[in-house]
Amino acid sequence: MAEHKKLPEGGVIEKGGTAHGYSTGGWRKLRPVVDLGKCTNCMICWVMCPDSAVIVQDGKMVGFDLEHCKGCGICAVECPDKVKAIKMNEEAD
Amino acid sequence: MATIKELAKKDELLSGGHRLCAGCGIPPIVRIILRSANGPVVASSATGCLEVGTTIYPYTAWRIPWIHSAFENSAATISGVETAYRALKKRGRIPADKDIKFVAFGGDGGTYDIGLQSLSGALERRHNFLYVCYDNGAYMNTGIQRSSATPLFSNTTTSQAGEVIQGKQEWRKDLTRIVVAHNVPFAAQCSPHNWADLSKKAEKALAVKGPTFLNVMSPCPLGWYTKSEDSIKLAKLSVDTCYWPLYEVENGVMKVTYKPKEKKPLAEWLKPQGRFKHLFKPENANLLSAFQARVDSEWQRLIDLDGKQVY
Amino acid sequence: MAVTAHTKKAALTGNTAVAIAMKQINPDVYPAYPITPSTGIVEDFSGFVADGSVDTELITVESEHSAMSACIGASAAGARVMTATSSQGLALMWEMLYIASGMRLPIVIADVNRALSAPINIHCDHSDSMGARDAGWLQLYAETVQEAYDNVFMAMRIAENAKVMLPAMVCMDGFITSHAIENLDLLSDEEVRGFVGEYKGRNSLLDTDNPVTWGAMVLQDHYITFKHQQSEAMTRAKGVAAGVMKEFGEKFGRPYGLIDAYRLEDAEAAIVIMNSAAGTTKVVVDDLRKQGKKVGVLRLRLFRPFPFKEIADALRGVKVVAVLDRADSMNSFGGPLFNELRSALYDLDNRPKVMSRIYGLGGRDYKVKDAVEVFEELLNISKTGKIDTMTKYITL
Repeated sequence: MAEHKKLPEGGVIEKGGTAHGYSTGGWRKLRPVVDLGKCTNCMICWVMCPDSAVIVQDGKMVGFDLEHCKGCGICAVECPDKVKAIKMNEEAD
Repeated sequence: MATIKELAKKDELLSGGHRLCAGCGIPPIVRIILRSANGPVVASSATGCLEVGTTIYPYTAWRIPWIHSAFENSAATISGVETAYRALKKRGRIPADKDIKFVAFGGDGGTYDIGLQSLSGALERRHNFLYVCYDNGAYMNTGIQRSSATPLFSNTTTSQAGEVIQGKQEWRKDLTRIVVAHNVPFAAQCSPHNWADLSKKAEKALAVKGPTFLNVMSPCPLGWYTKSEDSIKLAKLSVDTCYWPLYEVENGVMKVTYKPKEKKPLAEWLKPQGRFKHLFKPENANLLSAFQARVDSEWQRLIDLDGKQVY
Repeated sequence: MAVTAHTKKAALTGNTAVAIAMKQINPDVYPAYPITPSTGIVEDFSGFVADGSVDTELITVESEHSAMSACIGASAAGARVMTATSSQGLALMWEMLYIASGMRLPIVIADVNRALSAPINIHCDHSDSMGARDAGWLQLYAETVQEAYDNVFMAMRIAENAKVMLPAMVCMDGFITSHAIENLDLLSDEEVRGFVGEYKGRNSLLDTDNPVTWGAMVLQDHYITFKHQQSEAMTRAKGVAAGVMKEFGEKFGRPYGLIDAYRLEDAEAAIVIMNSAAGTTKVVVDDLRKQGKKVGVLRLRLFRPFPFKEIADALRGVKVVAVLDRADSMNSFGGPLFNELRSALYDLDNRPKVMSRIYGLGGRDYKVKDAVEVFEELLNISKTGKIDTMTKYITL
């Protein structure tokens, strides 16, 4: 019952980006795996990712945020044909 | 215009952890547009996939101030926010040198249909904002019902392909033309597969004073009955088949911003989509060719206007 | 018309008086859409904008739905927001009324009461604001132009009180009050500024360094909690309203309460009524009192929150009551005021007999003879102890 006194009135969420604390990784059937040796850091996977789950550090693609990646596979398809550094593996494997 | 590496250096303004479907076309659109703003952005969204998917309490994917109030009024709501900005700035309650950009988002149902009036009003009043329609061609959030943006012959739950009727019987409303008729300084059609074109148009739209508009093709694995990994590929096919031409109208001048070297047959875009499955039955070959003919004539009309003053 | 800080007395229509009240408040944003009979308010206000006597941002939106949507956007951006409407306009806002109150945005609107279609009718009844009674808005009602003017300031103070934070509707009768010229006393601009103060909304959308999300989807886990908060705020609003009205009376010499009890102290029969028709009823009460008949009037100034305790206290000891509703809730059991008021009396040890009379729909005149007839019936019931017809239309 004390809960209602704590929640900000009107249903406002007073902080941005709290969804980062919500895991959608469990939705995944396929897991993206990157071969960083092949990756040219073109950033196409990063820009096309619906889940903001491609991790970029200092201008380089370094891997995936598996807490949020839903395994859609767009990164693997969009990785340029000459590069093809990403493949999708069965999550169970 | 920013390079992809420059864009990647900017803050991520839409966090992961939202509940949009795997392979949804909307988040890349939102992410690219927000990163193209060059300054603080405040956004509104109409009720719909984007709103529901990104803001399930107490979680929000938005790292910018954001408001949703109802379905038909994303433009009216942002009108109020933008007007408050002008009012409070005039009264010295917001620093004079602070420049905030305003973006209203809506799906095709919330824009072409129920939100058309409020969009038209906000455009006519010349509010300083960008309206972004993510057009996935149906009411996807409520379960794939036909909207006025739904493509011809598309099978939706309210325009079903059955024994006697083969999906939606009407050509889609051409919303971009309707917006252009409001004499807005900038309006464009975009697609997320061409991130550079989308980013450039968003940057332009947000730099201009006055109401601007982007109509963005937004693939939907759920409603298109497609594989989640194919979303961006299908967005590209919608453009390469000239179903969804990329163009802009800047100060009344039409410019087709992408002309495929070789126009692909419409069937290449339709075939992978379950919503058009019935068009590939032998007895429906005439429908398919009618659809192709209409796409061809629409494309030709656009090409004829290329480079011309259209208002 | 030019009203300066030195002009204290004026003869104005209700619409102009309310527009002047809004001018004196000088809100940040005013989204406007015209509808009879409230149009005069937005026209006058538009004149103030054109003359530079306010620096409010007026936006002339394309519908009442968009007017309320823009009010919500502006209020969530931290602005003080006002508008005016009537009838179908309020009905078109319906969806957004609930959103404004659910978001706890202290928007103040003037509702110039007018009948709802069909049949279409431009004249007064209360079906518009009564229909919005469960929308979570504070509702103040006015008998006179003076009161409509004063209520605008009080509504703003109650709405913006940190314990309340709910939108407010200031209601007056279409044409009867909105278009009739009455003499009234105006406050000076300084007095208004001193009374309403400055407003700075919480969680402003324009604070881009602290991004907030307004209007998230709230599911089974929290929805009821927010509705409970809202309900508690509405409960607190009664005390806040009483305090604001008392302060207004002390500062400006025009005392107001949640209810207006007129000659009820020893009354045997009473009419309960709202807005301008109370004036006619009071005249009848004075006449009947001269004839030695113990009659009185209870007028509600505040309908939301519903001052059930104050009503019960005021009617304690009255034998028979007729509740006159200028709206029908179409439940075949009397008007909305009747139903709530009767419930408010339930716990009295010797509760009065209460009947419902629906009057004046679509601007039908409510005359002295109508009030006389109701009182005669009440006094008769007081003798016989028997109500013949519980619910009935009068002024037919």
